[in-house]
Amino acid sequence: MSAGRTLAMIAVAAVCTFATRVAPFLLFNGKRPIPPIVRYLGTVLPPAVIALLVVYCLKNVTWLGYPHGIPEMISIVVVAVLHLWKRNNLLSIGVGTALYMILVQSVFI
Amino acid sequence: MKKALRPAFTATIPVLCGYLFIGFAFGVMLRDAGYAPPWAFLSSLTIYAGSGQYLLVSLLASGASLATVAVMTLLLNCRHIFYGLSFLEQFHQMGNAKPYMIFSLTDETYSLLCSLKTPEGVDPNAMRLLVAILDHSYWILGSVIGAIAGGMLPFDSTGIDFAMTALFVVIFVEQWKSSKHHVPAFLGLGAAALSLVLLGPQNFIMPAMIAICVLLVALRSRLGEEVAQ
Repeated sequence: MSAGRTLAMIAVAAVCTFATRVAPFLLFNGKRPIPPIVRYLGTVLPPAVIALLVVYCLKNVTWLGYPHGIPEMISIVVVAVLHLWKRNNLLSIGVGTALYMILVQSVFI
Repeated sequence: MKKALRPAFTATIPVLCGYLFIGFAFGVMLRDAGYAPPWAFLSSLTIYAGSGQYLLVSLLASGASLATVAVMTLLLNCRHIFYGLSFLEQFHQMGNAKPYMIFSLTDETYSLLCSLKTPEGVDPNAMRLLVAILDHSYWILGSVIGAIAGGMLPFDSTGIDFAMTALFVVIFVEQWKSSKHHVPAFLGLGAAALSLVLLGPQNFIMPAMIAICVLLVALRSRLGEEVAQ
C-alpha cells in the first residue's frame, strides 16, 4: 500500500474518532434534552458492539481443523474469569495475552 | 499549573501502566503489519483510541476501503458520544483547552476525570488538562516503543495481537457487570456469529451491525423502560 493511502486511512480514522467525541458538544448545549431514542441506543448499543468485536477478533480461527479454536477459548475464559475476580484491566489483558502466546507457540503447534 | 503536576501524575499512574502495555502491543502489531515507527507515532498522536487503532491495524493489513475505515471507526467509537455528555459545562469553562479536552476523551481519561479529586490550592482546570496530556503522552510513548523495540524483542511475539481480543473481553465483562439485562450482549454475539457463518470473515460485520441496530430498536418497548430509569 502507498504511503498516501496509509495517510488517508489514518486521517479518516482520526476525523471519525474526533467526530464521535465532539458530537455531544455540537448536539447538546445543555438547553435541549437528549432525545429518548439516542439515550436508549446509548445504553444498549455498547454491549452489543463489544460482543460483535469479540467475534470480529475470532473471525480467522479454524474451528473445523486443528487446533479448533482451543487456544482462543481457553485464553478468553481465563481473561473473563480473572477480570470478574480482580477487576484489573492490566492484569487480565497481560495474563491472557501471555497465556495465549504460550499456547500458540509451545502447546498447540 | 506547576502545583497540579504532582497530583495529576499520581492520578494517572494506573493509566500509565495500562497505556504503556496496550500502546506497546499496538506498536508491535503495526510493525508486524509492515509499518515503520513514525506511523505508530502519527496514529497515536492524531487518532488516540485504543481499540480504534487496533482495528486500524487489521483494516490496514486487509487493505480496507476508506468508507469501511470510516464506518467501522464510527461504530466502534460511538460509545464516546455519551462520554461528552458528562462534561458539557466543565469543558466549556476551560477556554482554549476545550478542543483538546474533547479530542483526548478516551475511556481511561473519561473514567479518571469522572472521579478526579483536586487537592486544595490547585486549579481543577489545570489538573484536568494535565491528566489529559499525561494520558495522551503515555499512549504515544507506549506505541512508539512497541514499534521500535518490536523487532528487537528477545522472544517470539507470535500471538501478541491477542491483547486486542483480551481488551474487548475485559470491556465486555465490565459492561456485563454494569448492565441490568444481557439481551443486547447476547444479541450482539448471536447476530455476529450467525452473520460470520453465513457470509464469511470478509463481509459479515456491516450486516451484523445493521441487524443489531434494527433488533435493538424493535425491542425498545421491552428494553427501553428499564433503561429509562
